Parts: sequence; C-alpha cells; structure tokens
Amino acid sequence: MSKDVASSIQKIAAEYGGDRFRLLDIVRDAQDAVGHLSEDVIKEIADALSVHRVEVRDMVSFYHFLAREPVGSTVIRLCDATVEKLHGMKEVAEAFEAAVGIPFGRTTADGAISLEYAPCIGMSDQPPSALINGTVLTGLTPADVPKLVAAVKAGKYDSCRGAYSSQPGARVENNIRQTGAVIFAPLEAGAAIRAAINRSPEDVIDEINKSRLRGRGGAGFPTAMKWSFCRKAKGEKHYLVCNADEGEPGTFKDRVILTEKPDLLFEGMTVAGYALGAELGLLYLRAEYQYLYGYLQDVLARRRRLGLLGKNICGKEGFDFEIRIQLGAGAYVCGEESSLIESLEGKRGAPRDRPPFPVTDGYMHQPTSVNNVETLCCAARIMEKGAEWFAKIGTKDSTGTKLFSVSGDCKRPGTYELEYGITIDELLELVGSDRTQAVQVGGPSGTCVAPKDFGRRLCFEELATGGSIMIFNRDRDLLEVVRDFTEFFVRESCGWCAPCRVGTTLLLKMLDKVMEGRGTQADLEEIRKLADTVKMTSRCGLGQTAGNPILTTMQNTPHIYQDRIQEEEYIPVLQFDKAVAAAEAVTGRESALKGEL
Amino acid sequence: MSEMYTITIDGKAVEAKPGQTIMEAADAAGIYIPRLCYHEDLVPGGHCRVCTVKVNGKPTNACTFPASDGLIIENDTAELNEARRRIIEMLFVEGNHFCPFCEKSGNCELQALAYRFGMTAPPYPYLFRDPPVDASHGDVFIDRNRCVLCGRCVRSSRDLDKKVVFGFEGRGIDTRITIDAEHRLAETDLSAEDEAAAKCPTGSIVIKRVGYAVPYGRRKFDKEPIGTDIEKRAEA
Repeated sequence: MSKDVASSIQKIAAEYGGDRFRLLDIVRDAQDAVGHLSEDVIKEIADALSVHRVEVRDMVSFYHFLAREPVGSTVIRLCDATVEKLHGMKEVAEAFEAAVGIPFGRTTADGAISLEYAPCIGMSDQPPSALINGTVLTGLTPADVPKLVAAVKAGKYDSCRGAYSSQPGARVENNIRQTGAVIFAPLEAGAAIRAAINRSPEDVIDEINKSRLRGRGGAGFPTAMKWSFCRKAKGEKHYLVCNADEGEPGTFKDRVILTEKPDLLFEGMTVAGYALGAELGLLYLRAEYQYLYGYLQDVLARRRRLGLLGKNICGKEGFDFEIRIQLGAGAYVCGEESSLIESLEGKRGAPRDRPPFPVTDGYMHQPTSVNNVETLCCAARIMEKGAEWFAKIGTKDSTGTKLFSVSGDCKRPGTYELEYGITIDELLELVGSDRTQAVQVGGPSGTCVAPKDFGRRLCFEELATGGSIMIFNRDRDLLEVVRDFTEFFVRESCGWCAPCRVGTTLLLKMLDKVMEGRGTQADLEEIRKLADTVKMTSRCGLGQTAGNPILTTMQNTPHIYQDRIQEEEYIPVLQFDKAVAAAEAVTGRESALKGEL
Repeated sequence: MSEMYTITIDGKAVEAKPGQTIMEAADAAGIYIPRLCYHEDLVPGGHCRVCTVKVNGKPTNACTFPASDGLIIENDTAELNEARRRIIEMLFVEGNHFCPFCEKSGNCELQALAYRFGMTAPPYPYLFRDPPVDASHGDVFIDRNRCVLCGRCVRSSRDLDKKVVFGFEGRGIDTRITIDAEHRLAETDLSAEDEAAAKCPTGSIVIKRVGYAVPYGRRKFDKEPIGTDIEKRAEA
C-alpha cells in the first residue's frame, strides 16, 4: 500500500478521534478517499483504531454500500424493488447493459463503471429509479440511458455530497397528493420547542401521553411510554435516536418529510431531547438518502444560528441539545432499532436480544429512545396544538394522521396524509385504482390484502402499516410478487440467527419449485410450516415477518398457489436429467437412466 | 441476601436468583432447555434459537431472557420441539454434515440434538454451498462446511482467550467465520490449547491428530442423549 493511502487513512481516523465507535464514518470516508476497502486498507484502519483487523472486516463485509473489491469510480445502482420491476425497470436495465457493455454485477475493464442492483431506494412512486454514486434519478426510460452513461463517462457524477441537484437527470419528486393538519401544515420556527420548555419534561411526556401518540414505524408502541421509560432509566447520558432508515420496500414518506418538513422533524427531535434529558440526538439517515445530507446539515446550521439548537436553546438556561447525522451504508435490517444502534456504534447491523430494551440499554449502553421520523414530527405538532386537538383526529386507538406511501398500479402514486381509519376501498378511490387484485399493506413484512377485505380500515386496530401501500392489479402475477418479497428477505437477512438465515433461503428455493410447476400440496404444507417456524423463532422483526408474504397470501389468496401445484402426491426436488446434464456433456454419452427418473 | 423469584416451567415451580436468565434457572433446577450456541462459560449469543421457549405465551430465547418473578414458561411442548427440530434440519441442509465419518461424531451437539428431536432426513433441499476449508495451522483446522455459525469460537477467543482470532464475515446466507489474518489460520496466534479451539459444538473447528482417539460408540452422546447431564441434576 502506498504511503499516501496509509497517511490518508490515519488522517481520517484522527478526524474521528481514533474512536472505534465511529467506524461507520471512518470506513465510509476511507472508501471515498481510496476507492475500495481492500485488506490492506482494513488492516490500516484496524491499526489506526487499535482494534483487530477481523473486527473491521466483520463490519465492512456487512453493508451493501461498502466495497471490498475494486468497483467502478462511478457505481450505477438500479433499483430492483418489486414495484419498479413491474413499471419498466427491466427495460432500463437492458439499456444500461447495452450502453455500458457489461451485465449487472460487473465493473468495466477500465474500472470506470460498475452496474449493481439495489433494493428499494425509496422512489417507488416514480419508477424506474437509480442511484448514480449518490445522485438519485427517477422516472427513467430506456431512451434516457445513453445520455446518462455519456454523462457518467464525462465525470459528471464524481461528487455526490451537497450539490446533487446540478447533476444530469437528478430528480426526486415529492408527489404530495394530500396534505393534512399534522405533518404538512406550516409551523412557526421554535413554536413547539417554546411550548415544551414552558413546562417540565415530565409534563411534556404527560401531554404526549394524553395525545395517545403511537410510533409511526408500524409497531405502534405508545411514544409517551417509551419516553417515560427512557427518562426514568439510570445512565450517565440519555440519547435520542431518530430512525430515518426507512428501508421497507414501497415506503418513502420519511424522504418527503426530510425534504419538505425538516424543521418540523428537528423541532420534534429537540422536544424529545428536552423530554428525555438528552443532550445528543442522532439522525440515522439511510445511505440511499445521502443526497439529502448536505441539505439537512444546512437546515441544522440555520437552526443553530436561530438559537433552536446548541446551548441554552430558546433562551432556556441549561437546555443544551445537538443533532448529529449518521449516514448508513445500505442495510434494511438497520431499520430495526437494536440493529440501528449497533450500526451507530460502528458495528455490523445485527440485532440485539431483548430485554434489555434500548430505553434502558441502548446507544453506548445508555438509555436511548429510538423514534420514527414521522412520530417525532407528530410530537412537535402536539406541543404546538395540544394533545386534545391531536386526539380528536383519527380513531380511538390510532390518533392523528398517517402518511401513506402509495405505489404500484394506480393513477396518482405518491404521499398522502390521511386520518387513521380510512378503509382500503376509500384509499383506492382516492389514488385512482381499479381492477385491483391485491393491496400490500406495510410492505413485504406486512399483509397482502385481497378484495374481500378492502372494507378494512388502516389503523393499529385493524391493518397497521409503517406507510407502505403497494397496489397490484389483475394483470400481475401475485405469486411472482410473493417470490420477489421473499427474495428481498434473503438478501437482507443479517445472518446472525439460524432460522432467518437458512429459513428465508429455503423458503425461496421451495417457492421456486412451486413456481416451476413442480410443487405439490405436500410442498405447500412444508412451506407453510417452515414459514411459521421462521416467524416464531427468529431473533428480530426481520425474520419474524419474513414469512408474511407467503403466509398472508396463503391465507388471503390461496388460489395463486392452488393454480400452480400438481395432483401428484410427491415430486422430488432433484431433477435427475438436469442434474446429470453436465456429466453427459463431458463424457459425451447419455445417462443409462435418462428419462426414467 | 436478595430475594428469590419463582418462575414456572411446564407447570413446575422453579426458583430463580435475580440476574439469572431463564436458561440458568432451568439448568440449576435440572430442567433441560435444548440449546446449541449457548455454552455456560460464555456470554449468550442468541444465534441458534434452539432454546426458544414461550414466556407468558410469547416465543423468545431462554439464553438471554432474564428470569423475573411469576414468569410462566413453556419448554417441553410438541410445538416448540417441532420448531427446534426444524431449526436443526435447516442447519443440516445449510452445511455438509457427514456424520458417519466426521471426527466429531458422537461428541457433536448438532448430531446429538438431531437424535434427541428424532430427525430422520431433513425435508428441505440441500444448499450445496462450498465454503473454504483452512488446514494451514499445525494443530487445528477449520472446515466451514460443518460450521453452524454459533459464534462460540468468536466469543471464546475474545472473552476467554483474550485473543480475537475469530469473527463473522458477510451477511445472510453468505455469513461465515473469518479469522484475524489476511489469509490463513496459520497466520493467527491460535493455539490448540485455546478455548476457541475446544468449544466448537460440531466438527468445524477440529484439533488435529486426536479425532479418532476415542472410538465411535464410546463417545459422550453415544452413552446418553444430550441434556441428560442437566436432567440428572433434578434427581440428585
């Protein structure tokens, strides 16, 4: 390794105080500086931090966006999420392969361009979409591709932090189709903070409690209870973490909040900091949203100037609160709160066993409240308008509004702020969908709902969702969708626990047998039992929901399986003729058993 | 002295000390909760999920869950044992576990669990992966085909040997054990005397030249099923 590389890595490590817990930042910066994280680079980082190389390799090898092998100076990541596949992604992929001259998964011989697929990058309302380095491009057509590749070759995408909007084709639409009173209403800067600091932190939590606010990530845990547990827990420090790692395919509402209402979010984080007694809030921003990093830093800087962040906020003596943005590195599982905390601490994003819960033992083993972006926005609004006002919106157990990320087969995909309690039928009417075969509520980890249940309401009492609503019309092969969702979990399983790591892979293999038209009723039964086991025994929410695409369609749309299976009692997994084909080719003669097994 | 908790496991009242996990309380009472990645000398890892029990009706792993007064625990039920068998079956198709000629046969905890749960042939398709074998070290080899990613070597090396020879690499089904060297086990400071070399429950990390010193048929689990040692504590 050159001395330049070594000194650049030592310099990066020094910028983070040689702090092992900032490893995620250090390896990201190292990759930006030297291209890829080779074994030599890993060793150099380990030495600079006085840790073992195996610890750095352990972490680096986990994340999609960290490269251990040489990659192109420009990486084109085409999103292959389900909705994107159904809306023109495949044609765009072919166009990229033709224009660059390599298949996906490869790098050009001159080391200029890599083509990769990426799971949902949060643009399902404007497919097909891609990331070129950190720049987001949406609404792509095959005709756009030659121009884009020419721009890549001209070095137009070399930098990605900050000036994203000037790059060719850079485009992200907000597609806000319906605004509501909680998220998309105006807020006077500092109004929520001032309302909070006029009371005691306990009173703030009490007000949130009266509003009956529940977590917007999908699980619906009462926010006030979380804050109260965290505040009361003993620790040297308390932390607030904002989970902006929305990776659930089909979800993009946090991206819209971060773009349109960052002040509302930061106001909510500051209110939470006050309520928890935290001096630091960490915003964990998914790597796919890196294009927002510079913009959000600017907003934070402005808030510091206005006295809304930093020391003695809004003139309140002793109320100090800062916000740091931590960029992720591509891992769906880091949306799970304990994985997110591990990632924040510069480790692989493997979940923790609970208890202990983060509220008592979280970031750096201190009491930590992890809250969704939208939840914190609601908290700010509750401070401004009062719990009573908020609790009148929505349903009894689901107060307030909810942002829905609507994508798929409808006329008006985008973001909708709606009161909890709207039925699927009403929503479909609003978004302009007909001939609907099924609606996937809550992303792959959620529920596939068939038309017979379109009268059900979207709320914690009936159908809970973090916001993802994917619509599939009658022309779609729903089993193909199920397969795609199952494959997503295979790609995103962290590998820590056996049932999720192996079970998801086996579910996909067994589903493939059915899709090839070689499945039987017995196969369906085995698939169901395996999915149940993965659900029951997996360590975290990823594995516990990885079987849902299969289980909820087996229950709600059983015909998609029955139509594909054979009458036979048993069809072996092994296809003998196929298995011996290679040997036949080598030996130049046919197997004596050809066609008999 | 602090108070004792009472928990109930399969209808039987069991005393638990504050700070104990469900697993520790059950072990002390002579109740066997099946486990694979857990080892009493190590901090629990929560990898294998074989110790899944139901706590007040909710599935969770016994190795990390703290005992507290009044917990109602289901352990030896048909549903849980079936789930455990399925996990064992998954591990058998993930790797390449050639019991009839493996050095560890009879001492292997994976094999012993398969027997205990009555596994015949796994109902799942084999994955036929081909992870690397590393026999570079003079006294120890690692065969990742027989690894169940229990992480005992990682924890032993870090916490008992204070060496950090092992770690994880990759994610999902591509996760595997990696070593604290650029290429080979021989470059690490692993010794055959290390706990990390001794704690592997399967034939993945094997000490060379002792594989067949005790013949098949006279090995630990040839004599009695896995878990018997714990169950005998209840009789004592």
